[in-house]
Amino acid sequence: MKKCLTGMMALGLFVLSTSVWSAGEVMQTDNGGVTSLRGYQQISEVNESEAMKRVPRDHSTVDRNYVQQPPVIPHTTRGYQVNLNANKCLSCHSFKNAGAMGATKISVTHFETREGTTLSDVSPRRYFCLQCHVTQADAKPLVGNTFRPVDSLQ
Amino acid sequence: MLNLLKRLWTIMKSPSSAAMGFILLIGFLGGVIFWGGFNTGMEATNTEAFCSGCHAPIVKEIKETIHYANRSGVRAICSDCHVPHNWTDKIIRKVQASKELVAFAMGTIDTEEKFRARRGYLANREWHRMKKNNSQECRNCHEFDFMDFSEQGTRSKKQHSTALASGEKTCVDCHKGIAHRLPNMEGIEGW
Repeated sequence: MKKCLTGMMALGLFVLSTSVWSAGEVMQTDNGGVTSLRGYQQISEVNESEAMKRVPRDHSTVDRNYVQQPPVIPHTTRGYQVNLNANKCLSCHSFKNAGAMGATKISVTHFETREGTTLSDVSPRRYFCLQCHVTQADAKPLVGNTFRPVDSLQ
Repeated sequence: MLNLLKRLWTIMKSPSSAAMGFILLIGFLGGVIFWGGFNTGMEATNTEAFCSGCHAPIVKEIKETIHYANRSGVRAICSDCHVPHNWTDKIIRKVQASKELVAFAMGTIDTEEKFRARRGYLANREWHRMKKNNSQECRNCHEFDFMDFSEQGTRSKKQHSTALASGEKTCVDCHKGIAHRLPNMEGIEGW
């Protein structure tokens, strides 16, 4: 009797596990026939990654495309430390250093807290430059588009 | 013990019966072995493995920087920047470093927390040392005379052709934290 019970439980477990496994397999492999920017790629497969984009070492400033756009960074930022101890960006772009370094000053809006109080230095919420400003890589747009900046920014 | 010393003294004092040439040869070979051994020993204290014995957290963070990994695979290891290359200065630095053995014995930076708390002091000491010797360890590879300004960015060209060329500034004045995380930079010139 005992043997029979154990056997049945083992069989039950086996059936249960295979069914879960096969259901999982179906979900993992089929992407539903969608061709995306990654190409026709099954979810379970690892597609070949694209080559890393190169960032030009230094070029002239890039115009904004829309009002309130955080300007992109026209130089590499490899190895720039922005943390509790130091902010490499501000060593050129702060009000104190921008003049001597010939760099663009950060805007005074960066001194404001989210409640609208203006502080005497960069507000903590604006301290991490790379949260909004990104380096402009030497990359072509992935898809064609007809976007044009508003007249005032052209 | 005393007898042994006395016997040794007698051996040292009395002229040897061996031939002059043989004694000279022994002396020469001994010199080669001891001098070679000394230099090998000193080189061993210049390896990354030796440095990381105490400064492990630092070795971890240099891996992100251009002096560790870059497109052409040229590398600078700890001693390239932190130990002078010419012999006299190297020996002076090595003797100074014996103080660091005391720090090791006392466990001054044996945890990451202790290291972080002391980082400002350690960094400042190194900046002062490099300022004093005109960033000699940078210049061992980055020679000013062979810098091609036309290959440099506008800002670096401006700084290098004026402040650096006149000797008013030295490399480390601007290039801080190029191979390490920085300590708190509040109040440091240019930050």
